[in-house]
Amino acid sequence: MASHTAQLRPTPPAKTGLRSVRWRRHLIGYLFISPWIAGFALFTAFPMIYSLFLSFTKYDLLGPPEFVGFSNFERMVSDHLFLTALGNTAFYTLLAVPIQLLLALIMALLLNQKLRGINVFRTALYLPTVTPTVAFVVLFVYMYNPEFGIFNAILGWFGIPKLGWLTDPNLAKPAFIIMSLWHVGGQMVIFLAGLQAVPEALVEAASIDGAGKLRRFWHVTVPMISPVIFFNLVLGIIGSFQVFASAYIATNGGPKHATLFYVLWMYRHAFENFRMGYAATLGWVLLGVILLFTLIQFAVSRRWVYYEGEGA
Amino acid sequence: MQRLARISFQTSGGSTTQRTLFAYVRMALGQTFGYSALLLVAVISLLPLAWMISTSLKAFGREFLFPPQWIPNPVVFGNYITAFETSNLARYFGNTLMIAVLATLGTVLSSSLVAFGFARLEFFGKRVLFVILLSTLMLPGIVTLVPTFVLFKTLGWIDTPLPLIVPWWFGGGAFGGAFFVFLIRQFMLQLPRELDEAALVDGASYFRIYWRIMLPLSKPALAASAIFSFIHHWNDFLNPLIFLNSEEWRTLALYLRFFLYTEAGGGAGLTRWNLMMAASVVMLLPVLVIFFSAQRYFIRGVALTGIAGR
Repeated sequence: MASHTAQLRPTPPAKTGLRSVRWRRHLIGYLFISPWIAGFALFTAFPMIYSLFLSFTKYDLLGPPEFVGFSNFERMVSDHLFLTALGNTAFYTLLAVPIQLLLALIMALLLNQKLRGINVFRTALYLPTVTPTVAFVVLFVYMYNPEFGIFNAILGWFGIPKLGWLTDPNLAKPAFIIMSLWHVGGQMVIFLAGLQAVPEALVEAASIDGAGKLRRFWHVTVPMISPVIFFNLVLGIIGSFQVFASAYIATNGGPKHATLFYVLWMYRHAFENFRMGYAATLGWVLLGVILLFTLIQFAVSRRWVYYEGEGA
Repeated sequence: MQRLARISFQTSGGSTTQRTLFAYVRMALGQTFGYSALLLVAVISLLPLAWMISTSLKAFGREFLFPPQWIPNPVVFGNYITAFETSNLARYFGNTLMIAVLATLGTVLSSSLVAFGFARLEFFGKRVLFVILLSTLMLPGIVTLVPTFVLFKTLGWIDTPLPLIVPWWFGGGAFGGAFFVFLIRQFMLQLPRELDEAALVDGASYFRIYWRIMLPLSKPALAASAIFSFIHHWNDFLNPLIFLNSEEWRTLALYLRFFLYTEAGGGAGLTRWNLMMAASVVMLLPVLVIFFSAQRYFIRGVALTGIAGR
């Protein structure tokens, strides 16, 4: 750090020409961002290119990677678990993300009320989100227990018989979606910030024009916060496609592969069977799928996301 | 503060006299509904954590009762002592703490350096580089899992905490690290430029401006980054799972999972849930302490990044 200070001191313009002063400024800029450039090259760009290379190889970490052409891709297409894993993940994502966003938005709307003591509620609603994932999953394994879990106890109040939350193949994915609903605090706070940025004059104007609460929400608030909805949607889908820890800990992919999510499946190939080449292929395919989803959302967003200052 | 002032004005302001009784009743009803809905959501939201704490205080055997015992009777604080005595919990706590602290230190120092570069300096290709930085946030980190494992294995870093710490000293170069650069840059952009221009005229170097002017002024953003980073590393499961395997370096997250599968012992259904939950509370505690002591920064930080969507 000390050597930086010495280098970054601007040279007196009298000694060097104007041009070299300018060069110096560029150089200083690069010096400041150099940790990121190095980090990006080492931990993002290089791994991505290397994994693309690995995806055309057979590599078990013992010998050197062995070039095998497209056989990893061929193998993936004929792997009966590929569609299972991808389907499970897509099912989870397409169901979980909309429910999460809806819940987060409702919670943000509740927190956007002008009520005394609202900060206490904000804390209460955000708190579960900072709970360590593992602690939370373990806790839910206990709460979902068919014999003595509280979920079944609460269902019992309404006369519903005990359910095998994590043992019934039809219930396991919904059980995971329900669990994920306790971790929507991040989306909630982002929605809240969006709601607080909606100009009150706009809502009042609509109110004077005779728009009811629902109309005001749908025609004023929603368009105004649509960029925030879009932001949460895109990042929510990217995140959900990579769901791993909950399935790894709670069910290890079972029952009957119902919670065999893509990353869990990939993890097994990479770190349990040491098929690094095949796992790299799976990683790149997931990247492609996520990219596709993201691009589609960006394309569709032109139709529903409203940006201020872009003209009506 | 501003918000608070607005709220108290709305609730205690003298406007009620001007309102008709009807409007007043409507407002009261609305508030009652608002509070009830919030209360319901808050109770559901906190129920799992309450259940965790309740279970951690139950005598052995009581955690299997059905219908469940909501309030432990007797209250057994000894579970916490047992949890520490029957395992190396203290060691795992120390490991997790060390990793989280060192990674956070690196994140805040290096990300703020890069953020300063992007917020205040001009250089060739700045826009393009910033777009690249932002787009790394949308890349699924899973793609680099295999190659980084191979990289760290070649370096001989597997089963050491280095893969969990070193990448975070590279200014957001680690996967997902760009988030912190973005957060701090957003904050620095709104600081008045006159400050650094004046210092420049006085002959201060850019590094001095960064260190002496921008860093102290960016405290809220740095605090938010530090909190996010610490909690992220404290809670992280996937990376420790892949890069650490010996008991020596085990983190709390790894231990909880390990406990569920092995020390559960004696076949299915005999997990010592009370001890398990005690260990979970131990893991949760530092997060809670940080969250409650720095809540302001925390929530403002999330909001600051959310504006990214606009």
